[in-house]
Amino acid sequence: MKFTFGWLKEHLDTTASLDEVALRLTMIGLEIDKVHDRAKDLAGFVVARVIVAKKHPDADKLTVCQVDTGKETVEVVCGAPNARQGMVGVFAASGSYIPGTGITLKPTEIRGVVSNGMLLSEKEVNLSDDHDGIIELDDDAPLGTPAADAMGLSDPVIEIEITPNRGDCLGVYGVARDLAAAGVGTLRPLNREPVKGTFESPVTVTLDFGKDTESACPYFVGRLVRGVKNSESPKWLKEKLTAIGLRPISALVDITNLMTMDYGRPLHVFDAAKVKGGLSVRLSKKGEKILALDGKEYELDDAMTVISDDNGAQALGGVIGGDASGCTQDTVDVFLESAYFDPVRTAMTGRKLNVISDARFRFERGVDPAFLIDGMEIATRLVMDLCGGEASELVVSGAEPKWQRDVTLRPERIETLGGVTMTKKDIVKILSSLGFDCKNGGKSLSVAVPSWRLDIVGEACLVEEVVRIHGYDNIPTVSLKRDTSLPSPALNSSQRRRVTARRLLAVRGMVEAVTYSFLSVKEASLFGGGAEALKLMNPISADLDVMRPSLLPNLMAAAGRNAARGTANARLFEIGPYFWGAAPDEQGMAAAGIRVGASGGRHWAEQPRPVDAFDAKADALAVLAELGIPVEKLDIAADAPAWYHPGYSGVMRLGPKMVLGHFGVIHPGVLQAMNVKGPIAGFEIFFNALPEPKEKKSKARPHLDLPQFQAVERDFAFVVDSGVTAAQLLAAAKSADKKLIAGVSLFDAFEGGDLGDGKKSLAINVVLQPLDKTLTDAEIDAVSDKVVANVSKATGGVLRG
Amino acid sequence: MSDVEALRNELTAAIDAAGGLDDLEQIRVSALGKKGRITDLMKGLGAMDADTRKQVGQALNALKSEIAQALETKKSSFADAELNARLAGEAVDVTLPVRPEAEGRINPISQTIDEVVAIFGEMGLGVAEGPDIEDDWHNFTALNIPPDHPARQEHDTFYLPAHGDEEHMVLRTHTSPVQIRTMMAGKPPFRMIVPGRTYRCDYDATHSPMFHQIEALVVDENTHMGHLKGCLIDFCRAFFDVDDLPVRFRPSYFPFTEPSAEVDIGCIRKDGELRIGHGDDWLEILGCGMVNPKVLENCNVDSAKYQGFAFGIGIERLAMLKYGIPDLRTFYESDLRWLRHYGFSSLSVPSMVGGL
Repeated sequence: MKFTFGWLKEHLDTTASLDEVALRLTMIGLEIDKVHDRAKDLAGFVVARVIVAKKHPDADKLTVCQVDTGKETVEVVCGAPNARQGMVGVFAASGSYIPGTGITLKPTEIRGVVSNGMLLSEKEVNLSDDHDGIIELDDDAPLGTPAADAMGLSDPVIEIEITPNRGDCLGVYGVARDLAAAGVGTLRPLNREPVKGTFESPVTVTLDFGKDTESACPYFVGRLVRGVKNSESPKWLKEKLTAIGLRPISALVDITNLMTMDYGRPLHVFDAAKVKGGLSVRLSKKGEKILALDGKEYELDDAMTVISDDNGAQALGGVIGGDASGCTQDTVDVFLESAYFDPVRTAMTGRKLNVISDARFRFERGVDPAFLIDGMEIATRLVMDLCGGEASELVVSGAEPKWQRDVTLRPERIETLGGVTMTKKDIVKILSSLGFDCKNGGKSLSVAVPSWRLDIVGEACLVEEVVRIHGYDNIPTVSLKRDTSLPSPALNSSQRRRVTARRLLAVRGMVEAVTYSFLSVKEASLFGGGAEALKLMNPISADLDVMRPSLLPNLMAAAGRNAARGTANARLFEIGPYFWGAAPDEQGMAAAGIRVGASGGRHWAEQPRPVDAFDAKADALAVLAELGIPVEKLDIAADAPAWYHPGYSGVMRLGPKMVLGHFGVIHPGVLQAMNVKGPIAGFEIFFNALPEPKEKKSKARPHLDLPQFQAVERDFAFVVDSGVTAAQLLAAAKSADKKLIAGVSLFDAFEGGDLGDGKKSLAINVVLQPLDKTLTDAEIDAVSDKVVANVSKATGGVLRG
Repeated sequence: MSDVEALRNELTAAIDAAGGLDDLEQIRVSALGKKGRITDLMKGLGAMDADTRKQVGQALNALKSEIAQALETKKSSFADAELNARLAGEAVDVTLPVRPEAEGRINPISQTIDEVVAIFGEMGLGVAEGPDIEDDWHNFTALNIPPDHPARQEHDTFYLPAHGDEEHMVLRTHTSPVQIRTMMAGKPPFRMIVPGRTYRCDYDATHSPMFHQIEALVVDENTHMGHLKGCLIDFCRAFFDVDDLPVRFRPSYFPFTEPSAEVDIGCIRKDGELRIGHGDDWLEILGCGMVNPKVLENCNVDSAKYQGFAFGIGIERLAMLKYGIPDLRTFYESDLRWLRHYGFSSLSVPSMVGGL
């Protein structure tokens, strides 16, 4: 919403400065977007006339001008093609700074002629890019006066943001009303005097709606003005419209724009000669077409409001007028429309046809339903003032929609909700100044809402009105006190787990990325995703059109980008959501990480090696262990999903079904499909699958029993079939004596050599920890035999000789 | 007795003169061995009378331990010399780099969320969460944004296909639907913050299709706008670590709050740089307000009894302002150079007592 300071003051009688008004606007909720002082770059430049212009003796394209600056006559050499005798322009004296070029003028000799100043182009004062000629002012502009005044630019333009609830401030008058309530001057009264109609309008209006659609346009006020002359608007009107970025067209059209901007009251003007038969306001018919004033043809459905004549739709109610019956310079009889269009239907029409107009913007936010006739009278006067003519009687169809309502306000709510103590008198004063009518109803106020405040629906709205005008700054600040003397944890156990996992992975040298929750269908399908239910209907690009089934692909893509920038060995992780369906319980939280390329950079003491499945397994197990998962009880099997290398990957389960996560080398085919260089070792951990941490009654640790006797270690090497896993062998060994065996670890594994095909050797170290006495050799031998027997039974393994 | 004295002198001299461990061993054997001279002298003690035996015996014992001690001392001096000689030949270039240890980083988004949670946690707000894929009712209607509300158009919503009874699903455009879910699931009072991912169908220098918000909701019987101001002023000053940071509230509009406000903090803009603090300019950082009674009613909370406030803050915006990160889009590029520069050490865990 734009207007000039002077325009505002036409409605608001105030001595407040521009800065004061601007600050107050912001502080009552009409936030200043920009204050544009257009005269700033014209400061110091004056109106001057070229009294003599002669061709430069030594240059074809230069003119030597004698310029009357109002004070003196100076000689100026000018290169502009339009510099000529008698013209009035903008003069910059020697010594002045030219904002558009950044140059300070000095008297200069141009090919033997001294130039003592400059006649300016629009570009030189930052008004436009026009540098083809110098600015030409009206002939009667007083010489020596500020150029800004002569150009109508001395009035600063104010631009404010209007929130969607404040349709009433989409006109300068409404803004003035709010400022007046806030104590910035007084609102000047409107001239609502009716214009006397001298004849009956030959154009009739009927509202043709069914019972359930009459809300589309319940009220229509029209009037014919005959014998008008529609020419260019006067300077004041053109300057107003230009100041706010509108292009003056013709007086009649400019008047409708002025009414829109000044009062938030959009109007439409029909050339009555082009209207065939009476006007009918109705819903559009499917397939009906209209050529609108923006030069585009629109095809309508059956739910849009049109104003139609015998030839068909002439205007889209509340949105845009039609070309066929629009006013031109030749219009003689004009029919003015001031109607009320339903906000929702107007918004829908505008959206469906993608028409953005000042009228739509106002109707969809709700125009004042009680201002149709006032608006018509003001507009009629403007038409008759600017274009002459004779006004008909009003044509009124339908009736003013009922807007009257009372809202109860308990005055104490200003304090209990608004947080500021105010007297009832002050509350009533503010509401009254905003146009509310307060009546005492026992302890509370019965507040009648004015017609232009469609947004006020409840007590909280009135509290806002009162506090807003009183000033949010005046609400005393109260710190929030918690219920308990000490804070309790803000995070629950699962949230805390994510924080822990994040910190742990960073400790392990991984860098946390935050990547999009979406990706391309092609990439999603590599990771078991891409379901229809998760496809965005309006993606921002085809690369980001489905919700991610896993965190890995975006991390891998990030690794690819980093490799392209020269960082090959990326270690990235992310903690965030992944999706397998659209329901709230079909998304989960995961931690995923990747290590790319080599274990490290080249180093004098350590050779880097390619990352492998055990890098990823280490990350995954470290996270699980830190989260309190008994990793020694995990069942790790080699059936990881398809995006992992089938031989270099595993699944971590707790119990037969609960998959806690995967790890492994990413499948080379997936790398190729994503065009990322490997190897990449990755893992995924699913927080939702983790067993809840047990709520323990006591934080105390169990008693620590340190053994008193020396532990004994024994090594065994077994030859087993290749299919036997380390886990099977270790479990078998461990079960030999659950009490005595304190630990079993695998320290060697190899295949081939003289073992023969299909065989491998696994060597383990068994720690025996006696608890109540030193072990005898016989006891040690007995346990050793049991280990060998157990392994042999469980795996078919044979002790190597 | 003079024999003993003479032997002492002889042996001590021999030990002093010993040239190596072998010499010492020879001296030890010749003095203390089975057939050594001290041993021999001790064997002679049996033939002496009691008084002499006692006297000579004591002297021999003293000599024995003295010589053993002298041998030990000399031996360790040889060992030291030998060690020193060996170490003299051992040296590395200590300026060589250490074995590589990868340094991890915490993303500034996570760090900022942790900071915000630390501050509001201190005020008694707990973290709540909800789904990223929402239905229309939770994301809009329950928040007093009916289907034809102009505010709905401004949300640039991402849509997903029909699901269950829903005509379509949406990616939540704000974290506010979690307000609804929390209130529907529990009973007042409510004190919560909701950090999370949010989505808008928009991409340019200042918009990302995904970003993070933190929502707050405080509902009880007494909380009013003064508390809203206090809570947010305390937060802004703690977060930006500027004790007297100017904070101003100005009226605004959100369908889900009434009254509504936008919050600006003081800043200084100079030479294209922005600094948070006392200055002549203001910077908008968040929207807030008192929960609209309609929203409470939509969640079956009695609006005649309960009231409170809600607000939403953009996490990236907070991070950008506090840590001087110039471009929103860089947050999601996962450029390791960026992450190392703007990321945080895993050990800098924000807390009010430990510092933010």
